Amino acid sequence: MAWQTFPHEADIGIRGIGATIDEAFAGAALALTAVICDPAMVAARQSLEIECAAPDIEVLLIDWLNALIYEMATRKLLFSRFDVAIALSIAPEVEDHTLHATAWGEPIDVPRHRPAAEIKGATFCELDVGQDASGQWHAQCVVDV
Amino acid sequence: METETLKRRNEFEWEIPKSGVMRVPVVLFGSRELIAAMDDKVREQLINVASLPGIVDAAYAMPDAHWGYGFPIGGVAAFDAEEGGVVSAGGVGFDISCGVRTLHTGLKLADLQGDVRRQLADVLYACIPVGVGSTGTLHLSEKAMDAMLCGGACWAVDAGYGRSADLARIEDKGCVDGADSAAVSAQAKKRQRDEMGTLGSGNHYLEVQAVSQLSDSAAALAYGLALDDVVVSIHCGSRGLGHQIGTDYLREMVLAAPSMGIVLPDRELACAPLYSALGRRYLGAMRAAINCALANRQILTHLAREAFAKLFPGTTLPLLYDVSHNTCKEEMHTINGRVRQLFVHRKGATRAFGPRHAELPAEYAEVGQPVLIGGSMGTASWILAGTASASGERAFGSACHGAGRAMSRHEATRRWHGRAVVDELAARGILVRSPSWRGIAEEAPPAYKDVGEVVDAADHAGLAGKVARLQPLVCIKG
Repeated sequence: MAWQTFPHEADIGIRGIGATIDEAFAGAALALTAVICDPAMVAARQSLEIECAAPDIEVLLIDWLNALIYEMATRKLLFSRFDVAIALSIAPEVEDHTLHATAWGEPIDVPRHRPAAEIKGATFCELDVGQDASGQWHAQCVVDV
Repeated sequence: METETLKRRNEFEWEIPKSGVMRVPVVLFGSRELIAAMDDKVREQLINVASLPGIVDAAYAMPDAHWGYGFPIGGVAAFDAEEGGVVSAGGVGFDISCGVRTLHTGLKLADLQGDVRRQLADVLYACIPVGVGSTGTLHLSEKAMDAMLCGGACWAVDAGYGRSADLARIEDKGCVDGADSAAVSAQAKKRQRDEMGTLGSGNHYLEVQAVSQLSDSAAALAYGLALDDVVVSIHCGSRGLGHQIGTDYLREMVLAAPSMGIVLPDRELACAPLYSALGRRYLGAMRAAINCALANRQILTHLAREAFAKLFPGTTLPLLYDVSHNTCKEEMHTINGRVRQLFVHRKGATRAFGPRHAELPAEYAEVGQPVLIGGSMGTASWILAGTASASGERAFGSACHGAGRAMSRHEATRRWHGRAVVDELAARGILVRSPSWRGIAEEAPPAYKDVGEVVDAADHAGLAGKVARLQPLVCIKG
C-alpha cells in the first residue's frame, strides 16, 4: 500500500495505491492525514469503527474520507493506521457498496503534531477509483483545505 | 489560458461566446497578463457553469479567478427559478459565507512601533482561538444552536458579543432571512458545537493593518479612513457547520441529479432546481450557515476588542463593514431592462453594490459598498468601493475577493520553509503568529497573485474602484 498527495491550484489532491481496493482506500486515508501533518508523528493509541454505504465506489471513497474528516473534527483526533474492508455489491439492482473500517490514532497535540491545515471536506474534483492494467488499485480526489 | 482563443470586448473584458452546450457566454475580467496566467481548468469550469439550467446573462470570472472544484474560485453565476434555474452546493462550496470584516481601531501607525507591535501580536494570539483543533469558549446547546442559525450576528449581539451598531455595517444587516435550522444535519451542528468564535486554518487570518495609500478621497472619507490609520481585518467563515452542510448536500445533489433530469458536466457542480424540495432545503441550510459565519465573525470581533482594550484602554474598534464571498443570495437585478429575481452564486467573489443601492448603510450610500479584498500576510489588502455605471452593475454587482492563488500548496512548501517566511516578514515589520510552520509555508505571500494587479483590473473593468491599500503589521494565522 502506498499513498501520495498531488498538486491542485487552490487545494490538495490525495491518492492511495494498493493491490486491493481496501489498500487503496487505506492509502487515501493516510494521504488525508499527510495533508494535516506527518503521519509518522501520529501514534496508533486508540481506535474507532467506521461504516459507510454508497451506490458507487467513488461516492464510497468520498463518504469514507468525509467520515474520517468528521471524526477528526468532532473528536479532535488524528489517524495513522487503517484497516479497511470493502464489500462491492454485485447485484446491479442493489447497488450498495459497503465499507467497514477501523481507524487508529490519537488526540491532536498541537505542539507535537504542528497541524498545518484543517480539512473542510472531500470533493468530487479529480475523483477516481479504479484499477490499472496490472490490476493495481488507486483511489483519489481533491480535498478542500 | 490562451487569450488568442477569447473574444476581447475591451482591454479588461474577455468573452468565450456561447457554443455547444453553453446556455450563455462566459465573461472574464482581467488584464491580458492575468487572463493568460489563468489555468485552462478555469476555462473548462466556466464553460461547465455556463451550461447549467436557468443560468442568466453570463458565467463570470473575476480577475482573481483560479482553478476551483466545480465552479472556479472567483466565479459568479445567477439563476432564475422561473426558468428552471438551479442552486448549486458546489457553486457555494464548503466554506459557506467565508468573508472579511474590517474594524477601525482609532490608532495610527506611529502607535504601533517597536515592542508595542510585538505585545499586540502576542495578546491577539493568546485571545483568538486559531488553527487545527482549537475550540472556542462558547459551547452551544441545541436550542442556542438553532437560535444562532436563525439569528446570525443579531443573535451574537443579543448574547453579548459586540454592539447593535455593528449590525448596520454587515451585509444583510447581520442576518439573512429564510434560514432553516431543521435542514441542517445533526452532524453539522455537532461539528460546530465547540467551534463558535474560532478562526480556523488555511488562508484564514486576523490581521492588523495600516492604511498605506488612498486612491479615492471621497470614499475614504465616507468609510472613515485616513493615511496611517490602523485597522483590523478578520477573514474566516462558517467553520465546521458550513463544511458539513457542503459535504451533506453535495452528496445528496450528486445522487439526486439523474432523477431530476440534470446532467452534470462535473459532479462537483452538484445542483438542484430552485423550486425542488431539495433545492429549497439546501437554501435553508446554506442560509443558516451564512448566519453562523456572521455570528462567528461577530464573536471574533468581540475577542479582538477585548484584546485591544488590554493594551489600548478606551479603544472600541467600530465596524467598517463585513462582506461574505462564498454565497448564493436572492437579489433583484435588471437584465436587458427587465427587473428579475435571481439567485446569485458568488464563489470566491464579493458583492460590490454601487452607490444608492438599498442594501447600503446611509453613510456609504453616495460612494458605494465597501469591498474588502484580503491579502496574504506579506501582501497588501485593499478596500474598494462598489460602482455602478450608466449601463448598470457589472456581473450582478460583484468583484474579486482576494489575490487568488498563483501556486499550489505543494509548490509553496517545496520552495519555502515557514520559519524563514516568518523571519523575512518580521524583518519587514510584519509579525506573524501561527501554530504551524508548514501552514505558513503553504500560505507564503509569493504563492498568491500580485494583489495590486488584481485590484487594478477590478478597477479598470468597472467592477469596483480602489479606495485604500492596507499594509499588514500583525498577522494571526491558522
